[in-house]
Amino acid sequence: MANPTDEVVVANKRAPVIQPGYTFATVTDKISSIVLTRPTSFGWLVGFGLGFMVTMMLLFAIGYLFLRGTGIWGINIPIGWGFAIVNFVWWIGIGHAGTLISAILLLLRQSWRNSINRFAEAMTLFAVACAGIFPLIHTGRPWLAYWMFPYPNTMNYWPQFRSPLLWDVFAVSTYFTISLLFWFIGLIPDLGTLRDRAENKYARMIYGMLAMGWRGSARHWHRYETAYLLLAGLATPLVLSVHTVVSFDFAVSIVPGWHTTIFPPYFVAGAIYSGFAMVLMLAIPIRKIYHLEDFITDRHLQNSAKVMLATGWIVAYGYAIEAFMGWYSGNRYDSALLWNRLHGPYAFWYWSLLACNLGIPQLLWIRKMRTSPVWLFLVSLVILIGMWLERFVIIVMSLSRDFLTSSWGMYYPTRWDWMTYFGTIGMFLTAMFLFVRILPMISIFEMRTLLPEAEVKHQ
Amino acid sequence: MRTVPMYGIMAEFTSPKDLAAAAKSAHDAGYRKIDAYSPFPIEEVAEAIGFHSNRVALVTLIGAIIGGLSGYALQYWVAVINYPTNIGGRPYHSWPSFIIVTFELTILFGGISAVFGMLALNGLPMPYHPVFNVERFAMASKDRFFLIVFATDPKYDPKGTRQFLEGLHPRSISEVPS
Repeated sequence: MANPTDEVVVANKRAPVIQPGYTFATVTDKISSIVLTRPTSFGWLVGFGLGFMVTMMLLFAIGYLFLRGTGIWGINIPIGWGFAIVNFVWWIGIGHAGTLISAILLLLRQSWRNSINRFAEAMTLFAVACAGIFPLIHTGRPWLAYWMFPYPNTMNYWPQFRSPLLWDVFAVSTYFTISLLFWFIGLIPDLGTLRDRAENKYARMIYGMLAMGWRGSARHWHRYETAYLLLAGLATPLVLSVHTVVSFDFAVSIVPGWHTTIFPPYFVAGAIYSGFAMVLMLAIPIRKIYHLEDFITDRHLQNSAKVMLATGWIVAYGYAIEAFMGWYSGNRYDSALLWNRLHGPYAFWYWSLLACNLGIPQLLWIRKMRTSPVWLFLVSLVILIGMWLERFVIIVMSLSRDFLTSSWGMYYPTRWDWMTYFGTIGMFLTAMFLFVRILPMISIFEMRTLLPEAEVKHQ
Repeated sequence: MRTVPMYGIMAEFTSPKDLAAAAKSAHDAGYRKIDAYSPFPIEEVAEAIGFHSNRVALVTLIGAIIGGLSGYALQYWVAVINYPTNIGGRPYHSWPSFIIVTFELTILFGGISAVFGMLALNGLPMPYHPVFNVERFAMASKDRFFLIVFATDPKYDPKGTRQFLEGLHPRSISEVPS
């Protein structure tokens, strides 16, 4: 049999989506062996252990919070929304890239997404899980958080549906549920593959139960593809709505710096910006450690870098409009906010934000930077810091100086704020470490469809 | 001779092209109760066995409509009838405020219907299935392609069907006990 993979055409210097020479069998073996036969390495144990310890620190910080109340944080009046909301918005934003890759790029028929969608979706799930912690513990009485959901109760009380904070409850819980379903149905065929290939009896049983008896019937695939496509179609407006609703938490209020109509698109672009930075920060070490350069090629790195450049400029437009409106509106509170950002007590962080989100990422215009994993990793780290600073600037700086000088204040995070923030990063890493160890981190069946031998037409 | 009743006869192929061609031949030969198994979705194979449309989209649409309507009805009932509160002097039926939750519940119910509707129509979860009795079938999730003619097909005949499948030049043929 002639090897049809020889026909892979590498269009003018662009790296291929998958290196030539692979067959259905080798793709399957390469991805499933990471889970099934590769021994648990020392490096994995160290990474997982570190993540786990930091997760324990998170539990400690939350435990002490439950004991003492939110007074252990740096929040005060006027700055009632401190790190908790900054981190919530940051984490939710990171999740957006996973849905963009899995749903929007699927609808746009960008087949290069097939090798990064699985772990990007896992990243979404874990990021949204981290995000969900913050508003919950920020309520002060998290054991009563279920009051936010509409359910018949003996108090004869109902939630207030005109509040953006309640919209957020619905947006975030829907987003988590749909992301989980999308990730899980994507996994079903691959769980079937692992079931059929696992040597260990218990592994076979567990993968078998999760695969639910998937056998790859043509009728099943037909319904499966319809459901997958419909779910992508539903997730696309959903992901755009989630950060829009998050931005409504701010935009619907009258606080200077929050009360602006540019927020929804600017938040969504910022979310994708930081999300792709996180995708790259995960993809670059993963492809190196697990030798997946053939599947996650330079093409993927380049494309992600280009998405970051594009969304970075949308974010830049948002900053420009905010500054312009500060001057053009003639509103003295808006102009005061602009002056405050450039010269006030938090000015250093505003200038750092501009450096991180506008300045340094411009390195990505250079092709060498887009193809160098080390540089991409560093630029992505800078963008993630920058996007965190953006939320800090929006939330803390706007609240610190509102209309009356008598109600101005300053916010200083405490060690508990930092422990909770870094703790969620540990939780995220722990979950990612577990994920790459027990589930296929690249969608095997979707990689098979990328191979030239999967083509049925032109026979 | 086996004492268990047969579930069908299964032929194994090594490429999606061969499977699509074989499925088409079987359908053209008048076999209707047939199925094909592959490690990834192949549109042409579903077409060849005569499976052109499914009801997943309908189920999703119904779910989405129910979600949207119940979301709006819930908010209307709470905000206008059962628990009216004056928020900033807005009318009780301030519908623009209700758009977001209606939208989110439309997506939520639609998505849940798509996933569970697909699983239900596929008859999953199904822990036991006769095709798993064939040892070579484990490769259907890797790089092999299978075509099965079920014993319930009116044209099924243990010898004739086997001969027909052999004529399609498969890599192997297996009988599937039920």
